[in-house]
Amino acid sequence: MCAGRIALRQSFPAHYGRQLGTLSGLLGLALVLWALTPHFLTISNLLNVAEQATIIAIIAVGMTFVIITGGIDLSVGSVLAFAGVVMASVLHSGVPLPLALMVGLGAGLLCGLVNGLLITVGRLPPFIATLGMMSVARGAALMFTEGRPISGFSESLRSLATGEVLRVPAPVIIMIGVYVIAHFVLRRTKLGRYTYAIGGNEEAALLSGINVKLYKTMVYGLAGLLSGLAAILLTARLNSAQPIAGISYELDAIAATVIGGTSLLGGEGTIIGTLIGALIMAVLRNGLNLLGVSSFIQQIVIGTVIIVAVLIDMALKRRGK
Amino acid sequence: MADAPVLQMRHIRKTFPGVVALDDVDFDLRRGEVHILLGENGAGKSTLMKILSGAYQKSAGQIVLDGQDIEIRNPKHAQTLGISTIYQEFNLIPHLSAGENIFLGREPRRLGLIDQRAIFQEATRALNGLGLNLDPHKLIKELKVAEQQMIEVAKALSLDARILIMDEPTAALTEHEIKALFATIRSLRDKGVSIVYISHRMEELFEIGDRVTVLRDGRTVGTYDVREMSKSELIRLMVNRELTELFPKERAELGPEVLRVEGLNTQGGLKDISFSLRKGEVLGIAGLLGAGRTELARAIFGLDKIASGTISINGSPQRIGSPRAAINSGIGFLTEDRKSQGLVLPLSVKENLCLASVDKFSRWGLMNAQEEQQAADRYVKDLRIKTPSLNQKVVYLSGGNQQKVVLSKWLCCKSEVFIFDEPTRGVDVGAKAEIYQLMNRLTASGVAIIMISSEMLEVLGMSDRILVMRGGRIRGEFSAEEATQERVLQCALGE
Repeated sequence: MCAGRIALRQSFPAHYGRQLGTLSGLLGLALVLWALTPHFLTISNLLNVAEQATIIAIIAVGMTFVIITGGIDLSVGSVLAFAGVVMASVLHSGVPLPLALMVGLGAGLLCGLVNGLLITVGRLPPFIATLGMMSVARGAALMFTEGRPISGFSESLRSLATGEVLRVPAPVIIMIGVYVIAHFVLRRTKLGRYTYAIGGNEEAALLSGINVKLYKTMVYGLAGLLSGLAAILLTARLNSAQPIAGISYELDAIAATVIGGTSLLGGEGTIIGTLIGALIMAVLRNGLNLLGVSSFIQQIVIGTVIIVAVLIDMALKRRGK
Repeated sequence: MADAPVLQMRHIRKTFPGVVALDDVDFDLRRGEVHILLGENGAGKSTLMKILSGAYQKSAGQIVLDGQDIEIRNPKHAQTLGISTIYQEFNLIPHLSAGENIFLGREPRRLGLIDQRAIFQEATRALNGLGLNLDPHKLIKELKVAEQQMIEVAKALSLDARILIMDEPTAALTEHEIKALFATIRSLRDKGVSIVYISHRMEELFEIGDRVTVLRDGRTVGTYDVREMSKSELIRLMVNRELTELFPKERAELGPEVLRVEGLNTQGGLKDISFSLRKGEVLGIAGLLGAGRTELARAIFGLDKIASGTISINGSPQRIGSPRAAINSGIGFLTEDRKSQGLVLPLSVKENLCLASVDKFSRWGLMNAQEEQQAADRYVKDLRIKTPSLNQKVVYLSGGNQQKVVLSKWLCCKSEVFIFDEPTRGVDVGAKAEIYQLMNRLTASGVAIIMISSEMLEVLGMSDRILVMRGGRIRGEFSAEEATQERVLQCALGE
């Protein structure tokens, strides 16, 4: 037993070493921005960055699960818009807030489960199934609202965005909560273990008696559910649910996940890595804004960072072998 | 036969994170010889050959080719130097045809376009040269494992290699195919090609080898003339201990019937299969490739739909419609292909070991890390799985140790019936003996084993009873006493 425990401790750096790499990237980026613009490292700006990161960061958690199974979910941005307008219209029709929140989460979950069933029962490639859902959910959100935003909500919904605990904005606290739970789920639960197993070798997972279809569907359901949660926070922040919300969020979420070291081939990845990835994206956007860099150039910089980050990650992995 | 050394590898060292795979290995190769590389799993044979073929870079040492110091940069570079390899794991593209695979990367051109006709003509010739009657238009994924292996052989031969590395080339071949391959090897040797031949089959070594180099624990034990060596001497050099008997079969006391299959038919081609299995019994399933042996295993394990018939465990009929149901009924399946079906390579030893029994280690979906750790630790010690830690990814383990991890997975589920599909394929003598010992231990503890094997000696040596299959049916049944190689083979061939 003793030998086992020693082995555990020895493997710690190996397991989290790659996160240290990404983390030092984040810290390096922060240092550079601090040198260029001192305002960057003020508490109010850092909290601002964290708040900016929340929506993508929460979606990226679902994306991480999906990508670890070896799949992809292109529909998360559209599902966010759909869940947002459904919740908003339910609220406006006088349904009490807690119930409306459940409806918003439920709408996201439902879309995710449909994705999952199309992929497992329908045997569609994840790319195709979620590409279809991306269009369907977006269209449904536009149809539902006739293309107009639904605005003006009670203080209690908006407090989900405006509230603070010890100066920390409520969305940031919710995000941290999501990450703690997700990390726990991935590392310590059956769902987490099966997520890695399915992505690492689906056939071996099946032959080990894992109900691959069920767990895959659950993972896509989770991605949808988290899109619903992101929809609630975004609606609360904007005081408006927009059918065109969340466009290209799927790409930001994929970027955050991949920067965080999750392999698109499946079987590998961590939640902490994804958090760092999402923060890198947010810090970069914030810093470039503070520096007054034009939004055109920002896109070039962000794209370059994604490519370089993954290049470095791959080089580290190869050296590790 | 000329004696000029074509190749010398001196003081080769190779380290991986936490492991020294090769330590001061010397190896030389003469023109026109078949040089056998012998050693247990993990002795470093494959690593040494991967360095020679450019797949790995050596950590230290010197490679001299034709008297010149060289660095082999990558597999392509090795090929241009005239070094070709047939790996244990195939490097074929499943969605391309056999012919296209043979000429992959060096397609004959005509007017700047790929000359499809030339490809298939050449491929047909290459395959005929191997005594193989196979349509080169067929896609790789439609071919059997043995046929895929032959495509690999044809591919390497068509590269006009001066040095040909063959890593277990006969592991999946039938007697007939092996004979054809050996004839080809001999004619190549006589043309001056040097062949490095890795095999665990002792009989082959004496049939085809000129010299033999023995590796043990990443070091060279020595290089010898095959004619001056005996089997037992070589085994002793490999394992540094006497293997008293190759098949240490210990008969367990047979208990009550545990499995009964009656009138089983499947769409996969099984016809009217009936047999029973008692606790402590090893039931060998013999037959040629395509006889329906693997299909039988798949049906019992809930992977293929059963059209009619019943499967009973301990007297009660089971509805086995999925692997989960089979596992719950107490059946474990050690697949033929460890890497693609048995293991999740990027996961750790512990995670693989507990994969099929996660339910046992979890409550309300939460994993009990400590119980899992303890169980994994116990099996690693019990089965002597060589791994630096429980958290080592199984991809870094040697073949024999990977096989033990798969075995532990089913032990961990408390399976009562184990189906072994080719349990010792690609595993060396020492590890083989260990797997046989484990089978003895299993049967002694009351487990029943169905063993599918293409190695006749293994079937004869380890089984209490043998079923012979052909064309999806059971064609014969022999007790261990009445079974002989001739009788079983005749039955399998339908003569």
